[in-house]
Amino acid sequence: MKFGVVVFPGSNCDADCYHVIKDVMQQEVKYIWHKETGLDDFDALILPGGFSYGDYLRTGAIARFSPIMPAVIDFADRGGLVIGICNGFQILLEAGLLPGAMLRNRSLKFICRPVYLKTRRIDTPFSNKLGQDQVIKIPVAHGEGNYFCDEKTLKSLKDNRQIVFTYCTEDGQGLPEANPNGSLENIAGICNLKGNVLGMMPHPERCAEDLLGGRDGYYIFDSMLQWLKEAGR
Amino acid sequence: MYKANIYVTLKEGVLDPQGEAVKKSLKVLDYAQVEEVRIGKFVEVWLTSSDRGSALKELEEMSDKLLANPVIEDYRVELAEVI
Repeated sequence: MKFGVVVFPGSNCDADCYHVIKDVMQQEVKYIWHKETGLDDFDALILPGGFSYGDYLRTGAIARFSPIMPAVIDFADRGGLVIGICNGFQILLEAGLLPGAMLRNRSLKFICRPVYLKTRRIDTPFSNKLGQDQVIKIPVAHGEGNYFCDEKTLKSLKDNRQIVFTYCTEDGQGLPEANPNGSLENIAGICNLKGNVLGMMPHPERCAEDLLGGRDGYYIFDSMLQWLKEAGR
Repeated sequence: MYKANIYVTLKEGVLDPQGEAVKKSLKVLDYAQVEEVRIGKFVEVWLTSSDRGSALKELEEMSDKLLANPVIEDYRVELAEVI
């Protein structure tokens, strides 16, 4: 499988994603500079974490208009797998590939620590290697991960089962104290209607091998591989 | 030349952690009368549009596209002709 990692000025998790795909998942991977306007024959794209354009104006607001973005949107519209992690999630929201917006963390603090997530849906390209309601431990590192949308959007997210990961306690309870940033309904990750675009605030690429103290993140990438294999790619 | 002042504010009902923190700080400073604080953005744009009407239209387009996020923010444009 061929993965592309989109690099914006200010991305800083691009090399981690590249490493995981190449060395851990043993797949082909290429960096895509944000100034490029076309895409090779990729099977999946990763929008990595970081502080694209210094988070100026709003997180992801300027990256969303990078020259590469029309090609990313077209790739997503054609059903290509796109995962946005942290700042990548923020960019997908600004680009309208996912609904909602990010607000400053409720605590106003930059939060950098492992959190527990409940897997709410496993029939997606990003979670099929996990169990229904499985609790996984993945680190977050963000100042603006407080997911917000209006009531109507929230209802449609629920009706269409677009909420894939929610923050929870170690034993899987979705309590307010398990919510690191104030996100609506403890939302940590959502997908689009078709399920081929996922945005998540936690960083699976930071915990995809035992050396880094955990490998729950591995299963997100492994799910993508599994899905691509089944799709005959 | 025109000069625009664009006020970007959080929509009603959208949580404003910054505003909350500033409110608490004002309370600490003994301003007991403070009921609420909301923080927004102020953007100044100078532009060479052909006339006032097109300037306003262009500024609205810029605000919808980039300067404000309609999911969480409202905006208001003030426009003046400058030399």
